[in-house]
Amino acid sequence: MRIGVITFPGSLDDVDAARAVRLAGAEPVALWHADHDLKDVDAVILPGGFSYGDYLRAGAIAARAPLMQDVVDRARSGMPVLGICNGFQVLCEAGLLPGALTRNGHLHFRNRDQALRIERADTAWTHDYEAGQRIVVPVKNGEGRYVAAPADLDRIEGEGRVAVRYVEGNPNGSMRDIAGVTSADGRVVGLMPHPEHAVEDLTGPSTDGLGFFTSVLKAMVSA
Amino acid sequence: MWPRRGRVGDGTGQRGSVGSLTRAARSGVRHPGTLDRVPRVVVDVVLKPEISDPQGQAVLGALGRLGHDGVRSVRQGKHFVLEVEGTPDRAELQQIAETLLANPVIEDVELHLPTD
Repeated sequence: MRIGVITFPGSLDDVDAARAVRLAGAEPVALWHADHDLKDVDAVILPGGFSYGDYLRAGAIAARAPLMQDVVDRARSGMPVLGICNGFQVLCEAGLLPGALTRNGHLHFRNRDQALRIERADTAWTHDYEAGQRIVVPVKNGEGRYVAAPADLDRIEGEGRVAVRYVEGNPNGSMRDIAGVTSADGRVVGLMPHPEHAVEDLTGPSTDGLGFFTSVLKAMVSA
Repeated sequence: MWPRRGRVGDGTGQRGSVGSLTRAARSGVRHPGTLDRVPRVVVDVVLKPEISDPQGQAVLGALGRLGHDGVRSVRQGKHFVLEVEGTPDRAELQQIAETLLANPVIEDVELHLPTD
């Protein structure tokens, strides 16, 4: 199994994402934003960081990178894509996921271990969890407040598109405590918290994050 | 501290020259001392009314602390000035505004062409 990790100018967590892929038992493949080459990967991860310095809007310029056109095309035909933090922002800007991420409600950068509830355990990236399961992974963002117009939020909730929700405190004012959402087909998932930072006892608050990276292996086998 | 940006081509980098560049840009002149008029298009990007604006609220709070109690609301947005070749194409500019300058999920755009 080959899982690509895209590096944009300003990506920070691409190495950690690749490490999580390796710990999950797959082969990480480094991808470069300016190429038009997905290198025959089976799935793609968009890592955290500050692509293009968050200029214009977080993720806005990265969403128009050459390789993202290939990602959008492949995602629409079912390739699993996971966006973490800045990667989530890129997926929303690229139109693969609904809603938008904006400046935290309290206007401060927030960095802490965060409890989450898995709302959907039937996406390509969350198969290895139970619906309703509580996990703890780091969250670290300045523009992580999930927003959409109230009518759009109702539709997102009604369609079961909320994949992960903040519990025991909302770190950034995200509407309806939404931490992550999924595409209608469950193949594209984006979330602000960082599962790739919670894959080893030595460095993370838990190993709860590993499930995202093991889940997709089974999703690709069954696909 | 981030390094200061914006020491543009004229090599002066003085505060005064920034002001004169701004005045030159306002009058549609590409560089000081030339008469090369370039059409300017202004795109204002504002948050949709139903999207809350914590940055605007922080500005409003600061105004209150400064004694400006008469300001009831502040909404913060972005202001783009585009210099374009030839006659501005409204349809193309609208597309530029809606596909890159603004995120239509949360923002509205206002286009101001020289002919407006």
